[in-house]
Amino acid sequence: MIEREQVLHVAKLARLGLTDEEVERMAGELSGILEHVDRIAKLDLDDVPPTSHVVELENVLRADEPHESLAREVALAQAPDPDGGAFRVPSPQAEG
Amino acid sequence: MLDLSVVQAHEAIAAGELDASQYAEAWAAAAAKDELNAYLWRPEGAAAEGAIAVESPTAAPVAVKDIFCTEGAPTTAGSRILEGYRPPYTATAVRKLLEAGAPILGKLNMDEFAMGSSNENSAYGPVLNPWDRDRVPGGSSGGSAAVVAGGLAPWAIGTDTGGSIRQPASLCGIVGLKPTYGAISRYGMIAFASSLDQCGPLTRDVRDAALMLGILQGKDPCDSTSVGLPEAPRLPDREDLNGLRFAVPADLARDAIEPGVREVFEATLATIERLGGEIAEVPLPHAEHGISAYYVIAPAEASSNLARYDGVRYGMRAEASGDVIEMYEATRAQGFGPEVKRRIMLGTYALSSGYYEAYYGQAQKVRTKIAGDFAAAFEDFDFVVTPTSPSVAFELGEKTSDPLAMYLNDFFTVPMSLAGIPAISIPAGLAEPAGGGPRLPVGFQIAAPAFGEQGLLDAAYALEQAIAFEARPAGAPYPPIEGEKRTGSGGGGDG
Repeated sequence: MIEREQVLHVAKLARLGLTDEEVERMAGELSGILEHVDRIAKLDLDDVPPTSHVVELENVLRADEPHESLAREVALAQAPDPDGGAFRVPSPQAEG
Repeated sequence: MLDLSVVQAHEAIAAGELDASQYAEAWAAAAAKDELNAYLWRPEGAAAEGAIAVESPTAAPVAVKDIFCTEGAPTTAGSRILEGYRPPYTATAVRKLLEAGAPILGKLNMDEFAMGSSNENSAYGPVLNPWDRDRVPGGSSGGSAAVVAGGLAPWAIGTDTGGSIRQPASLCGIVGLKPTYGAISRYGMIAFASSLDQCGPLTRDVRDAALMLGILQGKDPCDSTSVGLPEAPRLPDREDLNGLRFAVPADLARDAIEPGVREVFEATLATIERLGGEIAEVPLPHAEHGISAYYVIAPAEASSNLARYDGVRYGMRAEASGDVIEMYEATRAQGFGPEVKRRIMLGTYALSSGYYEAYYGQAQKVRTKIAGDFAAAFEDFDFVVTPTSPSVAFELGEKTSDPLAMYLNDFFTVPMSLAGIPAISIPAGLAEPAGGGPRLPVGFQIAAPAFGEQGLLDAAYALEQAIAFEARPAGAPYPPIEGEKRTGSGGGGDG
């Protein structure tokens, strides 16, 4: 069972603003989903290696040669608030 | 001319009997009549301009799921957070289609960030199923399936993470192929769960799927996980299934399958035997845990991938009064829909300190066991077969209030995704929904060993010809597949 405090903690980790109503609903829904997921917690898989990737790949390397990258103005063109060749964001220190 | 399959159209173009530009214009006119909410963007006039323009088409125009970046043309992934975003580059899969001479017909609606099985999670409204507009087309590639089934595009590309090509293809009565993980580049395909995401074709028939796979597959320097296929696929022409062995999972949850779907599935097994194929049951003991493992792994990877939507470099930014953290939180609160928020929360929880081993670690071990089950089955069998979806297309709104019920739609498609193996859904017949009503398409799923696409397409083609699925949604311009005529119960469909 996921408690309200856990929901708020996880939302903070995920940088996700939630309304009070969303917090309540999320607690119930996540509990239901995790109850189903918990079935695998009971399986004895101690000696089983985990699979993170299905295709066996060696390190994939390329020649270290200079090449054109995205032009600065192109990279900035989709930004909500570009300024002076950079991405502008609100100050990390809140002004209140 | 819209009644031609893409393979037929290309033959007619090559023979000088069909003008590719006129053909593309006819399809643009058909696409403009979209009443299914399937297209999110179509080029002004008949042809796209700028970087994604094709000056003189030589191939059938293609409709593209809005998860693929298209330089200069809107790309939303079905999300508000990317509203108005115009990518500075084009996805490799789309670039290959453009280079093959296929103009872009438009960008297709989808579940937000490909999270969903009904297309009801799109920020731009649901796509309607062309067979019955009160029903879902499936998801997340719902737009891709609906345009092909509804005669609004000759073929389309989609993506499949846990069934997002195969399930909508099944619910719309068309062919959908999820290739082996790594067969096609993921470059420029907006990431959902990177260890599972794979691009693939949604087409009217199996030969069109083979043709598109041939264009799309290949190693790409921009995607280090791409490997391509061992050989370029050829158009299938196999007519029998002699000597081929088909495995039906012994633990197949038969009681979870709608009666009508079960009937069509059993009839299709009979058709396989009539074509000379052998059928036997095989244990896949861990497949039943696929959904549990998937709904840890996919949200975990998604929570990481979607961290990039922070209102700084692209996409929308919410007005916020406080510091940068408050801006992030407000932007993500306003930009993401309910299902995406749910998955981010689920994934962040599963990856958080103290829970990682119990959830993500354990799910990755289950993944190993599921892949092992398939590997053991393929020692004795050529293919594993299941229904693609436990039900026919369900009604809009039927499952939106219960996320878990929606997730269980992916029961038959998720195990193949976790194992990274190729699987195709072909229409096998029609069945009445459990709640009654006009009959709707049922898909039959065939899975093959990794990189076994050619054998998979050959077998699917032989079966497709024998099934000769004849039903079409009202108004669809294309004729039935020319195969042997249906005899009584064989295949379970008529039309």
